[in-house]
Amino acid sequence: MFQIIGERINTSRKKVQAAVIERDADYIRRDAQQQQDAGADFIDINAGARIGHEMEDMKWLIKTIQPIAGVPLCLDSPDPAVLEMAYGMVDKPPMINSISLEKERFDTMMPFLKGKACKIVALCMDDSGMPNSSDDIVKRAEKLVAELEAIGMKQNDIFIDPLVQPISTDTQKGIMVLNAVRKIKALFPHVHITGGLSNISYGLPQRKIINQTFILLMMGAGMDSAIIDPLDAKIMAAIKTADMLLGNDSYCMAFLKGVRAGLIVS
Amino acid sequence: MTDFNDIKESLVRLDEARVLQLVRDALEKGNTAGDILNNGLIAAMDIIGEKMEKGDMFIPEVLMAAQTMAKGVHILKPLLGEDESSSRGCVVIGTVKGDLHDIGKNLVAMLMESAGFTVHNLGVDIPPDVFIKAIKEKKANILCLSALLTTTMPMMKQTVDALVESGLRDQIKIMVGGAPVTRDFAASIGADAYAPDAGSAAKAAKTLLN
Repeated sequence: MFQIIGERINTSRKKVQAAVIERDADYIRRDAQQQQDAGADFIDINAGARIGHEMEDMKWLIKTIQPIAGVPLCLDSPDPAVLEMAYGMVDKPPMINSISLEKERFDTMMPFLKGKACKIVALCMDDSGMPNSSDDIVKRAEKLVAELEAIGMKQNDIFIDPLVQPISTDTQKGIMVLNAVRKIKALFPHVHITGGLSNISYGLPQRKIINQTFILLMMGAGMDSAIIDPLDAKIMAAIKTADMLLGNDSYCMAFLKGVRAGLIVS
Repeated sequence: MTDFNDIKESLVRLDEARVLQLVRDALEKGNTAGDILNNGLIAAMDIIGEKMEKGDMFIPEVLMAAQTMAKGVHILKPLLGEDESSSRGCVVIGTVKGDLHDIGKNLVAMLMESAGFTVHNLGVDIPPDVFIKAIKEKKANILCLSALLTTTMPMMKQTVDALVESGLRDQIKIMVGGAPVTRDFAASIGADAYAPDAGSAAKAAKTLLN
């Protein structure tokens, strides 16, 4: 089944930041609950926007969300100290967001990950910047998988983010990432492919139709997870329907459940 | 006297063949290359920048316009006098240290160039001392800093602080931008201007130097 990482608990969102500053636990819990109800498989928590307050904000957010969280949390920070603290607070093996091949990040994240029970989002980013070709993405994914397997992580716990880039400045960026996803899935059938998708439509109007169409193409290529807003009903309905069409919904149960709940309409 | 409105409108409509024909016609009619460049092509890019800012034109269209403009400039360049090719101002632009994002920053660089500025695009992951060196070497009037991560925004402040320490701060205007950057943040680190998109960046740069 397609796995949704709910992206809403992020202090770079104005309302979330205001709630965090005021320590408004009700607002945060309600938001997290809505995401789970809408089908989030993980709840991402990013407390990075208030510079100098990440540690205390992350701690408060986890303390606030943990009691109502029926799904694992996705701990989103580049700082291993913040992640170490957060990891100690969760009651289910979390997802960690993220590691990349950027030397500084890689060198600090590897010792943190070693021996931990968790899933990991691995970005196809290195010190030379964003990938420039399908082969570039695939090579970086191969390196990440090899390194993570070498410290004992299972392919099934690795979520590769191939880094979706805007087509407004280069119309080949969509097909570039689609081809890479196909190759990565062929090389590592048990590795998951995830990531944010909204970058694809940067600089263009009517972004939602672009994002919705693109996620379906990505799913066809092998993407089986995404970091999105689960309260966006249209994209969730499209994902559920596509997942059924790709043979991942036994007896069409998830689709039918969605229809009966009024979440999927033609 | 040629009607430069025709050139402007054709460029805004992205009619490349017509723009280039009109540029050649204007030269034949005796207009100077400088007039055609400033009152035709650059003026049109100003309109395009404003349309982008308002959401009436989009990045692919702006890229197409810039490409057409470059072809027009190619026709004019050999005919431009020394003083006519002098620029609106000199800009040093780059993404701060620790940050590898370049798409938005490159758009800003391109639109500023199209608006008549001389632009030195240093690239991504640029430490403060490299910015300072470039400002000295190029005698820049404006420094544009980009950051796309909340984790690299503090590096903008460090870059501004380094400029203050170097004694160059008074000679240069500083503009900042990037998805997580806000007007308040820009003010808090002592920048002179904030631009939410490439169209408004070019406009803000003009305002800063006036």
